[in-house]
Amino acid sequence: MHDLPPLTALGGTTPLQDSIGPVTFTESPDWALASVAARLGQEEGCRTALAAALGGAAPAIAAHVQGPDLGAFWTGPDIWMVEAPYHSHETLALTLKAQLGDCASVTEQSDAWVRFDISGEGLEQVFARLCNLDLARMAAGTARRSVIEHLGCYVIRRADGVHVYGPRSSARSLHHALISAARAVF
Amino acid sequence: MRLGTGGQINRARKISFRFDGQYFRGHPGDTLASALLANGVRLMGRSFKYHRPRGVLTAGSEEPNALVELRTGGRQEPNTRATTIELFDGLQAKSQNAWPSLKFDALAINDRLSNFLTAGFYYKTFMWPAAFWEKLYEPIIRRAAGLGSITTKADPDLYDKGFLHCDLLIIGAGPSGLAAALTAGRAGARVIVADEDFRMGGRLNAETFALGDQSGADWATRAVAELDSMPNVRLLPRTTIFGAFDHGIYGAVERVSDHLLTPSPDKPRQILWRIYSKRALLCAGAIERPIAFANNDRPGIMTASALRAYVNRWAASPADTVAVFTNNDDGYRTATDLMDAGITVAAVIDTRTDAPALRGVEVLAGAQVTDSAGRLGLRSVTVRLANGQSRNLKVGALGIAGGWNPNVALTCHQRGRPVWNDAIAAFMPGADLPQGMQVAGAAQGQFSTHAALQTGAAGAAAIMADLGLSAPAADLPQAEDAPVNITPFWHVGGTKRAWLDFQNDVTVKDVKLAHQENFRSVEHLKRYTTLGMATDQGKTSNMGGLAVMAELTGQSIQATGTTIFRPPYTPVAMGVLAGRSTGQDFRPTRLTPSHTWATEQGAVFVEVGLWLRAQFFPRAGEKTWRESVDREVLATRASVGVCDVTTLGKIDVQGRDAAAFLNRIYCNGFAKLAVGRVRYGLMLREDGIAMDDGTAARLAEDHFVVTTTTANAVPVYRHMEFARQCLWPDMDVQLISTTEAWAQYAIAGPNSRKLLQKIVDPAFDLSNEAFPFMACGEVTVCGGLRARVFRISFSGELAYELAVPTRYGDALMRRLMQAGAEFDVTPYGTEALGVMRIEKGHAAGNELNGQTTARDLGMGRMVSDKKDSIGAVLSRREGLNQPDGLRLVGFRPKNPQARVLAGAHLLEIGAKATAANDLGYVTSACYSPNLQSYIAIGFLKAGQSRMGDVLRAASPLTGDDVDVEIVPAHFIDPEGERLRA
Repeated sequence: MHDLPPLTALGGTTPLQDSIGPVTFTESPDWALASVAARLGQEEGCRTALAAALGGAAPAIAAHVQGPDLGAFWTGPDIWMVEAPYHSHETLALTLKAQLGDCASVTEQSDAWVRFDISGEGLEQVFARLCNLDLARMAAGTARRSVIEHLGCYVIRRADGVHVYGPRSSARSLHHALISAARAVF
Repeated sequence: MRLGTGGQINRARKISFRFDGQYFRGHPGDTLASALLANGVRLMGRSFKYHRPRGVLTAGSEEPNALVELRTGGRQEPNTRATTIELFDGLQAKSQNAWPSLKFDALAINDRLSNFLTAGFYYKTFMWPAAFWEKLYEPIIRRAAGLGSITTKADPDLYDKGFLHCDLLIIGAGPSGLAAALTAGRAGARVIVADEDFRMGGRLNAETFALGDQSGADWATRAVAELDSMPNVRLLPRTTIFGAFDHGIYGAVERVSDHLLTPSPDKPRQILWRIYSKRALLCAGAIERPIAFANNDRPGIMTASALRAYVNRWAASPADTVAVFTNNDDGYRTATDLMDAGITVAAVIDTRTDAPALRGVEVLAGAQVTDSAGRLGLRSVTVRLANGQSRNLKVGALGIAGGWNPNVALTCHQRGRPVWNDAIAAFMPGADLPQGMQVAGAAQGQFSTHAALQTGAAGAAAIMADLGLSAPAADLPQAEDAPVNITPFWHVGGTKRAWLDFQNDVTVKDVKLAHQENFRSVEHLKRYTTLGMATDQGKTSNMGGLAVMAELTGQSIQATGTTIFRPPYTPVAMGVLAGRSTGQDFRPTRLTPSHTWATEQGAVFVEVGLWLRAQFFPRAGEKTWRESVDREVLATRASVGVCDVTTLGKIDVQGRDAAAFLNRIYCNGFAKLAVGRVRYGLMLREDGIAMDDGTAARLAEDHFVVTTTTANAVPVYRHMEFARQCLWPDMDVQLISTTEAWAQYAIAGPNSRKLLQKIVDPAFDLSNEAFPFMACGEVTVCGGLRARVFRISFSGELAYELAVPTRYGDALMRRLMQAGAEFDVTPYGTEALGVMRIEKGHAAGNELNGQTTARDLGMGRMVSDKKDSIGAVLSRREGLNQPDGLRLVGFRPKNPQARVLAGAHLLEIGAKATAANDLGYVTSACYSPNLQSYIAIGFLKAGQSRMGDVLRAASPLTGDDVDVEIVPAHFIDPEGERLRA
């Protein structure tokens, strides 16, 4: 076991949490990510293999699917992002590659992104100041790509709120934008 | 003066404000204009060109005259319409365009010079002598031009941007808008109702007639309350829809805090909303137009609808004796309302010979107002009666009713043209409306209250049906349904100046002059006279101007046409367009994995695109950046240095065809690169010019990691995606950026292997034999952390790049420093990185400048002719292969301490610094502490054959002029022995 201590994307040793009005923003570093892209001509096989890995169907367009162990969301034609707790799945990309074999290209994406979990009442009002998604019309299980604070982000509507994945190097700018929007509303 | 009763103001509360330094009192519900009128102030500003005294012309956002500087300090805002400013406690406003005071304005001399200051006088007057323009005329004109002054202080407030979505956007909350909103709201649709006023209701708040058994204002209040209780309806008062854009998208500015002394903490002053609507119903009402006559611009002269709005809504009257000048029945409403409020109406002057009678007031049928008097405010008007006699009326205010123009602006934002309608003598919305838009109420030429309610409700019901919703039948109240009875009348004849455009001081005479000088198209008329070009966009003036032009040309008004309507409908502050993107927050920043650590070391950071990179790490006692950089370079070359190179783009390339794909992307060969090896690669643009360079490491048969320069990380990724998706969709290749996923550090210098061996787990053999120059591999570090090592060198030293998952980047940097202490390891920044790559002669962004080819870079032989790749064919163009073409070379100044500048141009000794003598240019230059000399690289014509020659490197911009010797571009270790050690 190596002895290098990790830092969160916001530069802390513990994740940052902010509560503004009824909304809570939590930096969520404990997520491993791996992108899965179907190889040419093996799209069907890749979907089937991914479904098996997830324990459910591969996410359809703009959808997020949560399986018993892994979750996944659609990011493009026959491309998905698979997520799992980092502490138990640090080498998610390697495991997935082993499971999916030659039907998919798998790339570690864990530290390419910062994730914020946002929950509470009034999320629609906050997101109205952040991006052009119509949150009121996004059912739980919807995953969309949008621009927040000039940054390409994934916005995933879950039963417990919204998960936002943004570029890790701009975590502080994204965090600033998120809480500024909430302060402007509440 | 303030009337004893009436008005929708809260008389229980008094609020204090200042205008031109003087204190006044008003009430909540007042606008600045109504409060000033209530305080007996009619004079509110000076006009643009002639500095004529001016008061309010209107009671709305169409106001051309009463423009003030609102607030002070960083919050000062020029050209704000007093008619739309909601009064708040502590408000401060100043009049504009007057010196030394509003009552005595020195530049009013312009009014006496009006014969010289006609339309187009700039173009005629300032023609000669040509040399005077820049030094004399332009500064004078600039000083005289403009109205308000802009603050030079930073705006302390926040502005937000946001996005709203709805089924139906209703623009305007007058009778038609409210009826529509009730219909759509009750049908369950998602509705947004936006109105520029702080009190919704539109003209219902300004008129006295009843809706059913209640006043119009009360009906509006109840309607608004019902709408406010509906969760599916969003009311946006104080919100202007300023533009109709593509696909049902509307631009809106919500003035969240403009009615407060200062915004609440963290709350924006304004929000720029982008509203995505499935449908829109324009209920923007209509604007009353004035009639032009001599001296029709005095304070106290206003539209008749404004006059009764001030009395009815704000219980404020500009005078106790007034008159009305009209060409239609609507003017009589003003006379009736004012008489009811106890104000003396001296006469109704009606241009129509068949004018109706009105009880309690003398109606002068077939009469016209020919002139007015009163220096700082109206004292009297002169009336020419039907029988030709003249009569003088002593009045302090005159209401002009010239007819109503439907507010068609938003219907035309996508080049739609309005259509003339004789029945109402006005332009109506045309057939080619923006997608999804319909129009109702006065904006559609439906001028009665009944028609407004009815068309609003019907319009919404039709839209509901279209959206698949069923709207319950509307229960509309009984309302007046007076027909339009108008005889168009635009201006009273005469030789004196009669104003059309009050804000830009354009008179009937100016339009006549434009016609006489053949500027007859409305677009030419507009530019030549500046009619309608002020901040009010000619809302009260355009119609009059083109009616006069139609009269002069003998064409119909329809044939004369209107100018183009463009967004914004009313002025939009720059601050709200910028939103949060100002100052430090102009753009997001990108921080490297070692940022926290580098900050602790006192690093000086430099912006590289969005990245903040450590530029150098100053140490105690170092007085200049050069001392720090020289130390970092020498220490790295002497032992070992570490630099964060995470910012370089990393693109993960996988797939069966990954190698074949890269073989087409790079101009040099990649198909045969062995697994575990790295190769330098050069990408060309389609036109044969060099695009970017970097390395590609082969981690597996079907897996590469491509690196790009920091600046080109995104463009290269985009280029590769384009090639993958569009050029070669039959290739099995998958791409994804991993730039941020890995923290990557360059470890360079003769001791770099020793340092790396302390970090990389012992199972991995890093010896020169096992891991030679240009090797790569997946390893573990610090007891098991997965990592990648690349033996590549930008500095020319024995060097590696080590990558770990980003979250461990900070810890790894600290560990490298700790483990490297025995080698005096030195962190180095981008400056030292730059010095070492120039010493080594490596090209970077300065050399890959979009104008150079592989041949220019001395890499012409890299462009393989054994395969095809992007740009290879066009790189063989004759023009790119001239014998005297540019070639990358090095420069050493004859005097080693003489500074050579990037950007300097190369000339023969003795040749004049002219473009004709230009032999090339310096692209990168630095001081080399190893050579103890300035050095540079750059492009020289036929440079390869000029070794040893001496040329001038001259910069006419800075005055630098240095003799330099032409040398090969590799200053240090040209044979590459160090990096293979």
